[in-house]
Amino acid sequence: MAVPKKRTSRSRKGMRRSHDHVAVPNVVYCECGEPNLPHRACSVCGNYKGRQVVSGDDA
Amino acid sequence: MRHRKSGRKLNRSNSHRTAMFKNMARALLTYEQIRTTDVKAKELRRVVDKLITLALRNDLHARRQAYKVLGNHQLVQRLFDEIGPRFAGGQGGYTRIIKLSQPRTGDCAPMVIIELTKKASDAPAPEKVEEKAADTAAKEAPAKKAPAKKAAPKAEAPAEETAPAPEEAPVEEAPAEEAPVEEAPVEEAPAEEPDPKKEA
Repeated sequence: MAVPKKRTSRSRKGMRRSHDHVAVPNVVYCECGEPNLPHRACSVCGNYKGRQVVSGDDA
Repeated sequence: MRHRKSGRKLNRSNSHRTAMFKNMARALLTYEQIRTTDVKAKELRRVVDKLITLALRNDLHARRQAYKVLGNHQLVQRLFDEIGPRFAGGQGGYTRIIKLSQPRTGDCAPMVIIELTKKASDAPAPEKVEEKAADTAAKEAPAKKAPAKKAAPKAEAPAEETAPAPEEAPVEEAPAEEAPVEEAPVEEAPAEEPDPKKEA
């Protein structure tokens, strides 16, 4: 069975994990000023492309 | 292999899937706007767009084909007589999917609103609908600055008018009757009222 010859150093471990990160979501600002995900109706005011898409409870 | 097999299975048997999309098509044609998951909405487009194409054909065979999906003569009538004519001359694009920000609680499924692009409410007066949306939005609609500014002073003006009126009324009443006795409770009353509000 294949067995590692050397223990992985802290440095190697860190270098391997340098690309392990959670993607940061892009943020756009709604006309009401709230941060929001792009291409989605605003979760606060329910507007999308200048139109009231969702009524209050549904947003 | 998946060659030339389009469509999503959605973890359902064929009969389950068919029944679900029949129900969803009925709901969408009834309410013109429904909230569902992203994937279901994308799949529902295939069903509803075909129904509206049938409505545009508007012959007996098309009605019978639509009835096979809808299973409801009233709904077929509504589809052919009310919904279909709105899309006359169209080449598609009968439905619109708008993504919502908040995923579903529980399984974090991305939610959308799927709607008919031409609704009954839009047809008679599209301008009024836009104004209503602007009024409800108020803060975030600087597109029409003039009406927004006009609306603001109007809203303030009646508030100022109504505000001094009740203040004058008790003042007039107080000197007419026993002045010192009634002024005291009037002053106490407003002083006591704000306190419980602050505590609450």
